[in-house]
Amino acid sequence: MTDSPVAPVQVPGTVLTIRRTGAYHTITLMAPGIAERFRPGQFAALAVGGEQSSMLTRRCFFVREVKPDYGGTVEIVFAVRGAGTRWLAALRPRDILDVAGPLGRPFPLPRHPVRCVLVGEGYSAAALFPLAAVLRQRECPLHFVLGGADSDHVYGTRAARRDGDSTSVVTEDGSLGHRGRPEDLVAAVIEEVGADVVYACGPTETLRAVSRIAAGNDLPVQVAVEEPMSCGTGVCLACVLPVIDDEGVTHMARSCVEGPVFRGERVRWDDLGTIPFDAYGAPRSLLPGNFS
Amino acid sequence: MTDLEARIGGLTLPNPVMTAAGCGGTGRELGRFFDVARLGALVTPSITPQPRAGRPAPRLTETPSGVLNAAGLQGPGIEAFLSRDLPWLAEREARVIVSIAGGSVGEYAEVARLLGDAPGVAAVEVNTSCPNAEDRGSMFAAHPSAAAGLVRAVRASTPRRLPVLAKLSADVTDIVGVAMACADAGADGLSMINTLHGMAIDTTTLRPRLAGVTGELSGPAIRPVAVRCVYQVHAALPEVPIVGTGGIRTGLDALEFVLAGASAVAVGTVLLHDPSACARILRELEGALKERGIDRLADVVGLAHKPAGTHFRRIDPNVGLAVAGDTVGAGGAEPIEQETTQ
Repeated sequence: MTDSPVAPVQVPGTVLTIRRTGAYHTITLMAPGIAERFRPGQFAALAVGGEQSSMLTRRCFFVREVKPDYGGTVEIVFAVRGAGTRWLAALRPRDILDVAGPLGRPFPLPRHPVRCVLVGEGYSAAALFPLAAVLRQRECPLHFVLGGADSDHVYGTRAARRDGDSTSVVTEDGSLGHRGRPEDLVAAVIEEVGADVVYACGPTETLRAVSRIAAGNDLPVQVAVEEPMSCGTGVCLACVLPVIDDEGVTHMARSCVEGPVFRGERVRWDDLGTIPFDAYGAPRSLLPGNFS
Repeated sequence: MTDLEARIGGLTLPNPVMTAAGCGGTGRELGRFFDVARLGALVTPSITPQPRAGRPAPRLTETPSGVLNAAGLQGPGIEAFLSRDLPWLAEREARVIVSIAGGSVGEYAEVARLLGDAPGVAAVEVNTSCPNAEDRGSMFAAHPSAAAGLVRAVRASTPRRLPVLAKLSADVTDIVGVAMACADAGADGLSMINTLHGMAIDTTTLRPRLAGVTGELSGPAIRPVAVRCVYQVHAALPEVPIVGTGGIRTGLDALEFVLAGASAVAVGTVLLHDPSACARILRELEGALKERGIDRLADVVGLAHKPAGTHFRRIDPNVGLAVAGDTVGAGGAEPIEQETTQ
């Protein structure tokens, strides 16, 4: 099991602040133990609805920032999508909820200063900022490409302009920056800055396109997937993707434990939502001689 | 000190709280939150003869107080389980109950045989809810004779020292009949209930929520069904130990199953919500027993079957504290003051 290096903690988290950021919500929790264990790309799993909640699955979100204040704070960004996230958005300072984290495999980091392109679409772009902070320390030039449906759905433009050497913004309706999708700009940015590595997070379509562009340029690409997770800890086997391992064998890999960060070229994007026939343990009854 | 020891056939567990099959992962996942050796036992995901990739995503959806899943028993198969997962658990001295599954009686028997030689296995649990490829895909658990045939074959392939539990489905007309057939076929205990068949449709996409169309419902939503099954089977077979499963979320939920007739309990879906639930439930159960003046868990197994008012202390709903005058029966041997020092 490739996994986060340090065991996570499960602690009661106290809401410090909650605020709107465009179309999204940003919540800062006092959750001791998570900050010092956290590495960029990891996420936190929140229990929603209180102690007697009828909503049993956890809501998992990338960690935007950790700070050592108050024994450790964690900031996450989320969009209201249903009853659980509506409950989260209605939280007020001093409210308490159960938090598990940090979870998942973090972004691998370069040893030497390399030119990085960081692509993010929607609220998942939050995962790029702790990564950017670490890359900055290693003196890597950073070039952001941020996108979303409209200006409200692009996350982190201000932070990107502050942290990055360049920032390109793209919206589908053209209300902010270029009109189009992030992948429309990625090839040009890669070429212009002479990128050595690409990091991306966002919806599947974006990651698929960015992985293809990076692979076409022979660049390593690390993607953090937004796959819906139910437990975040690896027990429920719900968030699987077909991913090719070092031996070339496709496994149904859990986004929460083997991911959420994968090498982009190893994910079989075109086979999402299926069990590829050649996957490890795929049903074999269609092959001759395998009826038991 | 409350005696929480639980006995299932020849197996004695230091406490009655286990993980339910397929909900506790390989042990490594939960082992990051607490020591797996503190569990009464860890029940593994159902182990099949061959590796299985499972069903396509989406595999799981949240329903009121439950989840509906169609993961399709994704797992590494018996060989990888024996070489990779079981040694990890044995090293940590966890008590391991291995759930087994297959597509035919022969496959189950083969897995059981391979397990028999492996160190670190405490018991075998037969997942009888798999479709039988040799009987037009009909679920073993659906027919007393099919379930009995399966249990008999597994019992015959498993060393005598290992108890064999049959995990029953409540999606049957007469669970007592299936339970009796399994007990007669040599099951040392019964585990109940497995998930219930269900379905959910997304009113936005206007299509089924799961790629597998239908799925398996679990969680507190099914608890009353599970308690009813345990109660009915315990009434018919009071000597057969039962592991109660189905939506256990708190220590009191666990106690409910014990009162219905379960000797031990397994926590499933709630582990998705709270990875350290087992430790919490055990703590809560111990507290609940103390509060009621119960010294020994085994004394109250099936207590709900006995006439009211004669056993132990009841909790006054208005006061929330014990009413000492009610203390009669097995717990009454203890001095009342000692029981009320809470």
